[in-house]
Amino acid sequence: MGEFNVHRVRFFDYMPSAIRALAFQPQRERIAVARTDGTVEIFNRADCFFQEKVIPGRQQAATEALAWVGDRLFSAGLNGEIIEYDLDNNKTKYTIDAYGGPIWSITSNKQGTHLAVGCEDGTVKLFEVHEDRIQFERNLAKQKGRIISLSWHPSGSKIVAGMMDVIHIFDTETGQSVQRLLVDRGVGTSRSQECVVWSVVYLSDGTIISGDSAGKVKMWDSRTGTLIKSHQVTKWDVLTLSVSQDETSLAVGTSEGHVVQFQFLSMVLGQEDKEWVRTRTFKNHTHDVRAVLEVNTAIVSGGMDTQFVVRPLLDKIDERGQASALRNIQFPHRRLVSCARKAGLLLFQYPGHLELWSVLTVKRKPEKLLHLKIKGEEHICCSAVSPCGGWIAYSTVASFRLYRLHCENNNVSIIKVSKLPKVLSSANQICFSSDSSHLFVASTCSSVHVAILNQSGCKFVCTLKPKSGERFYLVGNDMQRVIYCFRMFQPHCTVPVHSSGVSAMAIHPTTNNLFMVHADQQLTEYSVEKKQYTDWSRQVQRHGLHSLWLERDTPVTNVTFNPKNPAHIVLHDMYMFCIIDQTLVITRLPNTRSQFYNQLTLRSMPEKERKKHSHAFKMCKIFKELLFVELMEDQSLVVVERPLMDITAQLPAPVRQKKFAT
Amino acid sequence: MAALYESYTLCALADTGPEGTRAIEPDRDRDRVVITESGRAVTVYKVSDQKPLGSWTVKQGQCITSPAVYNPPTKEYVVVTDEKVSAEVYRLHSVPDREPLVLFRHGAVRFLDSLLAAPQQTIEEVLSEEEVIRWSAAVQMEQQLVLLFSTEQRGQHCLYVQRFSPNALVKHRLETDSTNSTPLSYAATYRDGNIHLLYLFSSGSVYESVLQARPTVPAVSGTVQALPRSLLLKLPVGEGELTAASALPVDESHIAVVGVPHPLAGAGKDYLCLWNTHFQTLQAARELAGKIYGQLWCFSGKLFVPHGKILSVIPFECQKSSLAAAMGKLKQTSGTNGITLSVWSCIDTRRHNNDNTLIIQLKMSTRNQSSCPTAEQLAEKIKVGSEKEVQKQVEEFLHGSQPEELQLTAGRLASALVMRCQADPTFYPQAAFTQLVQTNYLCHSGCPDLLVLTLEKNDFRLCQLCLQLFQDIPEAVTCCCLKTILSFQDSELEQVDLEDGLLFMKALTQTAEVSDDGDSGQHNGFSREPLALDMSCPVGLHKGALLNEVLQVPYSDSLLLPHLKDLNVPQVLLFLQYLRFLYLKYSQDAHSRIPALRKPTVTQIMDWVCLLLDAHFTVLALTPEAKSLLTSLHKFVRSQVKLYSELGKIEGSLEALKKSKQSREIGQYSIEVIELF
Repeated sequence: MGEFNVHRVRFFDYMPSAIRALAFQPQRERIAVARTDGTVEIFNRADCFFQEKVIPGRQQAATEALAWVGDRLFSAGLNGEIIEYDLDNNKTKYTIDAYGGPIWSITSNKQGTHLAVGCEDGTVKLFEVHEDRIQFERNLAKQKGRIISLSWHPSGSKIVAGMMDVIHIFDTETGQSVQRLLVDRGVGTSRSQECVVWSVVYLSDGTIISGDSAGKVKMWDSRTGTLIKSHQVTKWDVLTLSVSQDETSLAVGTSEGHVVQFQFLSMVLGQEDKEWVRTRTFKNHTHDVRAVLEVNTAIVSGGMDTQFVVRPLLDKIDERGQASALRNIQFPHRRLVSCARKAGLLLFQYPGHLELWSVLTVKRKPEKLLHLKIKGEEHICCSAVSPCGGWIAYSTVASFRLYRLHCENNNVSIIKVSKLPKVLSSANQICFSSDSSHLFVASTCSSVHVAILNQSGCKFVCTLKPKSGERFYLVGNDMQRVIYCFRMFQPHCTVPVHSSGVSAMAIHPTTNNLFMVHADQQLTEYSVEKKQYTDWSRQVQRHGLHSLWLERDTPVTNVTFNPKNPAHIVLHDMYMFCIIDQTLVITRLPNTRSQFYNQLTLRSMPEKERKKHSHAFKMCKIFKELLFVELMEDQSLVVVERPLMDITAQLPAPVRQKKFAT
Repeated sequence: MAALYESYTLCALADTGPEGTRAIEPDRDRDRVVITESGRAVTVYKVSDQKPLGSWTVKQGQCITSPAVYNPPTKEYVVVTDEKVSAEVYRLHSVPDREPLVLFRHGAVRFLDSLLAAPQQTIEEVLSEEEVIRWSAAVQMEQQLVLLFSTEQRGQHCLYVQRFSPNALVKHRLETDSTNSTPLSYAATYRDGNIHLLYLFSSGSVYESVLQARPTVPAVSGTVQALPRSLLLKLPVGEGELTAASALPVDESHIAVVGVPHPLAGAGKDYLCLWNTHFQTLQAARELAGKIYGQLWCFSGKLFVPHGKILSVIPFECQKSSLAAAMGKLKQTSGTNGITLSVWSCIDTRRHNNDNTLIIQLKMSTRNQSSCPTAEQLAEKIKVGSEKEVQKQVEEFLHGSQPEELQLTAGRLASALVMRCQADPTFYPQAAFTQLVQTNYLCHSGCPDLLVLTLEKNDFRLCQLCLQLFQDIPEAVTCCCLKTILSFQDSELEQVDLEDGLLFMKALTQTAEVSDDGDSGQHNGFSREPLALDMSCPVGLHKGALLNEVLQVPYSDSLLLPHLKDLNVPQVLLFLQYLRFLYLKYSQDAHSRIPALRKPTVTQIMDWVCLLLDAHFTVLALTPEAKSLLTSLHKFVRSQVKLYSELGKIEGSLEALKKSKQSREIGQYSIEVIELF
């Protein structure tokens, strides 16, 4: 395969923001994640926790809580607004003000008819969920102090609200408070501080479980209003609770970064009397666990340290496999870097600005050519630089911008293309054709707009629309299962549906084969000419991929081709990059017997023997925490790394630091 | 080492103010205490349950002036109200198995029964009008009872010692520490035939005076002598003087102190501290919330401290520490056998019991306790009984006794047995000794003559056991054992069953044969020939096994050296040959393949070789037979030195290997070249 010059880039200061809330949609197995910058991400539990959708946030967003009502996702935040999201178009559908000051929590009843929000002014507001909107219905009896947490009784007739030093139970029919539970403050110095009930859960048997800032998880009897049991879980705060759907297991997130599991077990074997017993402690976080979810076979947690952790409950999993592995999702499952292969430019996408860097000049140090701040509050949702380096495009939810770029001997000039076609108002994906003559913009309503780029500007050509209402993208990574191919801007064919979402795909410039990598690590190659899977793809499917390949837990986020050698495909995920040599596959696809990561072994062998032992997957694990890998025109590799240590260094100090021998 | 465990609250205290009489007295069983407080109420508590068992109060208007005590003969609690019997009573003192003592305010002392028999008797006045009793205590010695009380008169402090039958009162003067310094608390304990009086001054000094139980010189009446004393500890007081503080000895080397500031904590915080008086170190401390009253009691391993509005009970543990153990080399083989010994453990061998996989722990069953003889009975029996009877009785006793009991009595029984054996040459209950040793409660200091006796009786099995289990064998005895073993003929030892040690020796000699046969050729270009010349074991297997045990006995170089000189030349030569044999074997890596619970380590072997050569070098240099041995040792050492110097040369390259594994520091950007195959 040969030698590669590698530009190892570490100056992309990507910084994920902290996870604030999690919500689980059990029917479709989707997990919604809200981050502190207002971003909402949708993960598909059934599809290896693939990040299907990202709804970009905006400045001063302060999302506090999330709630699913059927397939609809709502959020509420400290700006006092309730937002419903348009999950088809990855944007906000509408926003309404609850007029109760900052909202601390939002929750829906099991029937899906009502939403309850807890406000700073001490009211619990009920909203009726209509087909296309939500409608304010009534206030429950106003209390003194803010409503921090809420939980509906599964019957929908009662609602429990956690406040400062007190928990109230409301009857939703009358709107009156029927019980008032006093929560003890912590001992010692925290006695003078109010005890914040960060989270409450109302179980169907009438038990209320609360977690508070005194570090206690308390079980209450809602009928008598008495404390049944109190567990001191931590010295700090218990921030979040989540109960499993069958109400036998409870996950507790604390501010020292631990997740503690409680289980509803009978104390004596064979007897009916059951009690909540503290069973396990998971220490996967370094900072506050702000949100936790109990999803039957796993505990999902997230917090200040920005990691999305899926901790499987091994007692509920029979087989070893994808489901039994600990998952720690740190990077987004999409590209934040784009690359001008010919010009040697890298475009880094930050939430509020873009940075353009020149690499690929061996003699000069890489330098920052451009720092492009965007206007408005919305965060960037996608960006691209054309392969020739002459155009930059980015889009927020509200606007689309195209810039003409001139780079000559350190002189960088940038001109905004002013007269854009009206249809180009926003984009989910942006793509330039390989000769930089066309711009493809994937937009709302499942359409792709095509525009011609020339010296004078940008001219709209046509809009590609699928026949059915499904959405698609021509090239790029999207989560929709149906892929359409267009040829000469005419519908050409439909790629057969695969069970798992596409994490990265690309059309080969010479052979016109569409190469796809799925979230479950499967590889497929589809011949656009013949409208069928290629022989290589069939062979791979028949042979099966190596188990070590399938066990990787981060999806491939970029696919490119070697311009010099059409048989070489370059892929990467977070921990490795790989060059697949399609010429080798027929004889030497790695099977389970052969060594998969064999580069070191091959290095130590004499040249004659190497051929005998090499296989199609050239795995390279030298570089870690990869955000981007691209093979440039001159056969050099650009590798963008973001060491997790650097991310950790930017986090605030954790509340509990591990001391020696404690 | 000492440790304070988690404390718990026994009861809440009524706010009595500084004048309230509050006292805690032991009750009839170890787990109960009698608490007198607030001047009106007496409560009996069960300590482990933290529960009151009973409570009494006196009538309105009456006041308890002396704390309630338990009267063992009548099984009653006795209390004095409003100071009155026939004269003003200072205090009652409970005495085990006897009537309580009554101490009157003016120094007279009576037993309670004699007082109650004649309530109107006249009570003499011993003390002058202005002399006030500050403290009193009754100390029960083996046969004798002593009442101590201290008085104050115009800043002058005196100690009175009242002895009974015949009654005698001796007065001592207590010297004050410095100007304005007053004694704050006293504590008296009976230990080793003497009364140890410990007193704490407000300057922070803790003094100890030793009073002999029986005064050898009759007190000269009329003169008051100052009490000889020694400064035990100078507690850090900080600024000012102590006001309410108390010191209490908890064992011979530890004292508990309350009301003295912690040397590291700031002012205004109150601590309970455990100090080691031998090493003058603070061993443990516990912060106490609330006001300190300067009161402290200690019953059955628990400290009772009133502070704030509660009475806390703090269990503690003081392990015995000994300098001999700290200085001696407690060499233990590490790794496979899993015996771990702490340096502080030579007195109390019982504690390693859990770690020691080698020792068969005897099952202590309590079921035949009734038929089981007491230690006293057994000791008597040992003096007269036949060997068989004694054997049986000891066995029964071991089966029927509690571990705590055994710990106290094992040494005594063994001593009794040894004494009998020494007096009667035909008497030697070997099995009884073995069982006693195997309880693990025995140590050399417990019965110093046992090991010597085993040598006299040529009982090498028991000797081996003792060498294995005793951690405090004096170097002289170790040498004596060594000498006896070396001088014995191999043929005479062959009958002894040495179990594991023998297996190790067998394995060691067998591997020698195998490796001699198999590896005669060259190894990596290195020939072993010159080293493998003299590989047959110079001693018999049994003797070797016993010598191995000697090698593993803890010792101290400088103490061992003079005794080693007692060995004669043939013994030294034989032992050196054996050590060389072992060392050659070990350098061939043979030992690591042999699974044995106990085996000497290479360092132990080398240390013994060095010691032996140090002790006898001039003699060996002049002995023609030793010449070949010394040259071969020299040769071997030289080859080892050479090996290490060669290793030193390649050290640099080995370091480089280690470094190459460490990842480099990578900056923001770098260009690298990778090759894919």
